[in-house]
Amino acid sequence: MNTITQASRGERLAIIERSLASRHRQEKRFRRLGLAAVVTGMVLVLILFASILMRGLPAFWQATFYLDIHFDSDIVNVSERPIQQEGESNADFRERDFTWQSEVGRVNWQQLIDNALAEALGEEIEPQQTRDLRALVTSAERRTLRDRFIEDQSLLGETHTIKLLASANVDVWIKGNINRDLPDSQQQLSAQTREWADHLYEEGVITNAFSTALFLNTDSRSSLASAGLAGAFMGSLFMMLIVMLLSIPIGVASAIYLEEFAPKNRLTDLIEININNLAAVPSIVFGLLGAAIFIGYLRLPLSAPLVGGLVLTLMTLPTIIIATRAALRSIPNSIRQAALGMGASKVQTVFHHVLPLALPGILTGSILGVAQALGETAPLLLIGMNAFVSNIPATPFDQASALPVQIYLWQGNELRNFFEARTSAAIIVLLALMLSLNALAIWLRKKLETRW
Amino acid sequence: MTTATVTVPTAMHKSEQRSDSHQQGQVKMSTRGVKVFYGDSQALHGIDLDIVENEVIAFIGPSGCGKSTFLRCLNRMNDTIPGCRVEGDVTLDGNDIYAPSLDVVLLRAQVGIVFQKPNPFPKSIYENIAYGPRLHGLASRRAELDEVVERSLRRAGLWDEVKDRLDQPGTSLSGGQQQRLCIARTIAISPEVILMDEPCSALDPIATAKIEQLIDELSASYTIAMVTHNMQQAARVAHKTAFFHMGDMVEVGDTDKIFTNPEDQRTHDYITGRFG
Repeated sequence: MNTITQASRGERLAIIERSLASRHRQEKRFRRLGLAAVVTGMVLVLILFASILMRGLPAFWQATFYLDIHFDSDIVNVSERPIQQEGESNADFRERDFTWQSEVGRVNWQQLIDNALAEALGEEIEPQQTRDLRALVTSAERRTLRDRFIEDQSLLGETHTIKLLASANVDVWIKGNINRDLPDSQQQLSAQTREWADHLYEEGVITNAFSTALFLNTDSRSSLASAGLAGAFMGSLFMMLIVMLLSIPIGVASAIYLEEFAPKNRLTDLIEININNLAAVPSIVFGLLGAAIFIGYLRLPLSAPLVGGLVLTLMTLPTIIIATRAALRSIPNSIRQAALGMGASKVQTVFHHVLPLALPGILTGSILGVAQALGETAPLLLIGMNAFVSNIPATPFDQASALPVQIYLWQGNELRNFFEARTSAAIIVLLALMLSLNALAIWLRKKLETRW
Repeated sequence: MTTATVTVPTAMHKSEQRSDSHQQGQVKMSTRGVKVFYGDSQALHGIDLDIVENEVIAFIGPSGCGKSTFLRCLNRMNDTIPGCRVEGDVTLDGNDIYAPSLDVVLLRAQVGIVFQKPNPFPKSIYENIAYGPRLHGLASRRAELDEVVERSLRRAGLWDEVKDRLDQPGTSLSGGQQQRLCIARTIAISPEVILMDEPCSALDPIATAKIEQLIDELSASYTIAMVTHNMQQAARVAHKTAFFHMGDMVEVGDTDKIFTNPEDQRTHDYITGRFG
């Protein structure tokens, strides 16, 4: 028998050397695989970001008219705005003012826009062309003129250059998001409107201006060009506040109790298993739960950020509890022993020593949990947050949408060649919010980290 | 008080005439029939031991003999270990420390502990020392705290080395300095008994020598019980030595006697290196 131990020195080294070559090959192969995986991942992320940015960024600029609007006193023919009389109660005055505002609302503001357009085009508009003309400016802009007038009645009889959004179809046409060679029957705009739009664009009456509507307006179905994210943004903001206020204290407190104080027995084992399972429950299930408890049983309002926040809190709690427990567990036991040995009580040990050391980990976990909740869509659909809401919510009890839900709704809009860009723009806003939350988490961790 | 070179073997008769003054030879802590269980396994099988005031007693024995477990019974650090159960009587100045009415916080303020691995808080050197006095309300004003910090660090022989960098983290010190910081931290709350669980096992010989010298100095004012793996160390610093073996205390007596003329064969075998 010639075993390795009996082999001569040279033979032994030769055997090791042979195995060495294959070991090195293995190592190289593994490194290449790892590198390939990382590169693939990076490329995919880059493609994702590039495609979102390329589609979404143009939507931040939108076809906009700069029209010289003449507030013609023949058309804007309304009485003076009421002034509060002496002795008149506030309620009475508000009622008179409201009546006046209704009167202003009945003015044919569209006529002012039509006139200004005719002026800009330098043409006499035939009555049968009115329809083509009105396809240029988005319909909500009538109300912009009304609101400007209610704000400042001295406009009457004067001419001012006012920024008005072009309709969604004009925006699509000008940006070339529709094939210009399509026959009339397949175009969204009539030949006349298209010709006018091109003419006005050349004249500089229509320009691509930064779209404040995207940020300041709520969603719109009648005037697509003025659809914005403000309502969804506020809805998401309220929900995040509720999620942070509820899930971080409750989650961190539960984790501290479970990790530092609870006896280790069957019951706490069961609780631990259940928390881990809850973290893996599909989010839509939390939506069902929320619909049943908060809306069905507690009768909280539908579509309210309050309910959305509560549902997302339920969803975020397991994540925060698990992250906090992991952070607490990573604190070496010698610190607890040291504090207890000094005569600190259990609570003092936790709050003076363990918690401050675990804080970076807890904050990171919590913020990532909240960021995850910010991007959650499915549970919100089940509690009515996909409803069309045209007001910016003022409180968490008002109806609202949320950013990811808004993205989902826009994605499904029929006017694809306008909303594709709009959807990507909304995604950019959502991603920017998330990246700032994550950056905050990293910054906090770096700032609070203790050197051992 | 002079150094406690004279040690009186278990002076039970003197405990009758206990007074509040520090009296040499008075029993400080006493255990009777102490049994410790970790779950189903028994780690200690009934230990009877008296620890006399102002003496240094060393617990020696092979690994797993229960000497550290016994040490932790003396200030109830075993309470923090899940599944650990202690039976028997442990008294401090005649008071049962496992009595339900006793507050463990008060006990640990009287019986401090220094661990095997130096474990300073990841805070400044100053805060490490000031934590205990502030915690127990022994000092609150800055001037008082400053004084306590300086006095404790001086007693631990660390003052000259750290006085210019009190605001630096305790973890930035060397291992030996960290252990002296831990001792300073313990004496900052003026305990009556200091337990040391292999305080030098993580240190180099020079740091060990410093700690041993410190223990000798501290024995003038404190009662010290220490666990050690190092028999020379026990011989150098302890007035009395207790030999533990497989959960029993085999023998206790004056260090000289244990090392030169042990009564039990197992002690003899251990100190001559037959096992351990």
